[in-house]
Amino acid sequence: MKLFEYKAKEILKKHGIPVPVGFVVSRPDEIRSISGPVMVKAQVLIGGWGKAGGIKPAEDVEQARRVASGIIGMSIRGYIAKEVLVERRLDVAKELYLGITIDRSRRSLVIMASPDGGMDIENVPENRILIEPVDPLIGYSPYIGRRVAAFVGVKKEQASQVANICRRMCELVMTEDAELAEINPLVITRDGKVVAGDAKVTIDSDALFRHREYDSLAEDLTPLEEKAKKLDIAFVQLEGNIGVIANGAGLTMATLDSINMFGGKAGVFLDLGGTDDPKKVKDAMLLMREAKPKVVLINIFGGITKCDTVAKGVLEAIEGQARKFPIVVRIKGVNEDIARGMLKDAGMILASGLSEAAELASKESLKVV
Amino acid sequence: MAVIVDNDTKLVVQGITGYQGTYHSKAMRDFGTKVVAGTSPGKGGEKVNDIPVYESVAEAIQNEGANTSCIFVPAPFCKDAALEAIDAGIGTIVIITEHLPVLDAIHLVAVARSRGVTVLGPNCPGIASPGKAKVGILPNKIFKQGNIGVVSKSGTLTYEIVNAITEHKLGQSTCVGIGGDRVSGMSFIDVLERFQSDRQTKQIVLVGEIGGTAEEEAAEFIKKNVDKPVVAYIAGRTAPPGKRMGHAGAIIARGRGTAESKIKALEAAGLKVAKIPTDVPELLR
Repeated sequence: MKLFEYKAKEILKKHGIPVPVGFVVSRPDEIRSISGPVMVKAQVLIGGWGKAGGIKPAEDVEQARRVASGIIGMSIRGYIAKEVLVERRLDVAKELYLGITIDRSRRSLVIMASPDGGMDIENVPENRILIEPVDPLIGYSPYIGRRVAAFVGVKKEQASQVANICRRMCELVMTEDAELAEINPLVITRDGKVVAGDAKVTIDSDALFRHREYDSLAEDLTPLEEKAKKLDIAFVQLEGNIGVIANGAGLTMATLDSINMFGGKAGVFLDLGGTDDPKKVKDAMLLMREAKPKVVLINIFGGITKCDTVAKGVLEAIEGQARKFPIVVRIKGVNEDIARGMLKDAGMILASGLSEAAELASKESLKVV
Repeated sequence: MAVIVDNDTKLVVQGITGYQGTYHSKAMRDFGTKVVAGTSPGKGGEKVNDIPVYESVAEAIQNEGANTSCIFVPAPFCKDAALEAIDAGIGTIVIITEHLPVLDAIHLVAVARSRGVTVLGPNCPGIASPGKAKVGILPNKIFKQGNIGVVSKSGTLTYEIVNAITEHKLGQSTCVGIGGDRVSGMSFIDVLERFQSDRQTKQIVLVGEIGGTAEEEAAEFIKKNVDKPVVAYIAGRTAPPGKRMGHAGAIIARGRGTAESKIKALEAAGLKVAKIPTDVPELLR
């Protein structure tokens, strides 16, 4: 779960990492007083906002309100800035990069650091980035911070601050169950302080059971994605017009790929996961209906999931409702014969294999009505 | 032969009294696995499907000689269950539990590796050596004994492909689901190494998906170390960047982990790559 910048900075502060003084508002008139020049920053969860005019300077309260009213309500790629962070402008001497994330190949946390902060880390040459794994059996130890400080090449007075921030970032990641914590830029001010200019923190959503404090935080999801999340269904909206329901992420992706082979395009990715509850299938089907697909393709390979359970849920969802789209079903596994009978009687198009199902659904999706 | 699980496997099911543990302990026994014990704190002395339930893994080892564990306990207790099994001296641990916090996975996998313990998962369907043993939740009916080794990040997609292989009258030596999470115990490379030295395995099927660089690393390894024929399929050719596709690992982030990059690497290593899963059997021979 990605956090807004202001929330991320609250967490940094809680862990003793210096951040600029600031506050967040959702209305310009909530800006009452500022001490000196500030930056007004849109609070959104996608990048590229600075360039789109989402970050602007202001010198006094009047100007800050004017700038804020221009930013609040701005929309880019469907995401609306509902709040702005107003914070004291830093007097920048140098910008560094510091981040901690998960390295799958090493199966550990890694610290990434660079003397070239302020730009997208993707654009920094490899030899200017230090990648320092944190051995899970050793944990963080001060030698790691010393290496990081030496690599980014700061003066002695700042080196201990950088190493300190490094240690605190590690503590933050471990105690908050963050899967990403990033400070870009990590600013060295003209008076020699080291301060987090920007902050990104993503909390591991699988660890939320032990972090109830994040329950109230909203994520930037489309309304349907929000509903799906409550139902514990993996649901992603895509560009095409075929709604795909399958069980298991790999199988759902493979179904998308197969459709593509036959010229169709998926509009919804819906992974039921393993379930033996017809209610969940019904909810998934109702959700799919809301996404208004032209065709629905259901591909189930039952292991934990029993085929008749799926059929029951699907039938309950369409019962008594005028059907506006054809449904192609491929269903295999425990009790498949019962399920096929139930679905055929309800007028669904039955396919025996994945390729056949993909072909049938693609054909239906390309039909001119 | 076969790899990781076979006739010598003596299984303890951790979390045997739950719905999944109860259902699958029976399914595993029906497959032919020696399910010798279960554990469930507070329920020692009970029986599930006639299998004795113990308070701890240590007791299951002491009384029944368990050497392999299958974990069904819920995510908040999963790390503890795995560490208990490692500490008690279990040699192979299969973790079915999904939604395990990634820091828990990092810790338990590091401990297991330092002790030489084999871990499959978390969030994996398990492993099956047809005719010998199955540890996990893969459906019993899709397998046929043979000489194809299957290794996969996925669950149901593995069933799809194994089923297609069986329908083509080919069989499997061992099918290994390594799990789709960002941090897992055994990697593709660990399993490929075992298949390469397994006498029963003559051909290998590798099923990957978008996200991470495990498939690229596998390609590199195959080029240098595997002389058995390998057929691959990568799920997610048509998945958009930045959207997480169900599995924690299945996301194209910052341009890394695309299907194109994986397919290119695998083809460069001399593998045949199927465009859709049902094409896999035709590429085998």
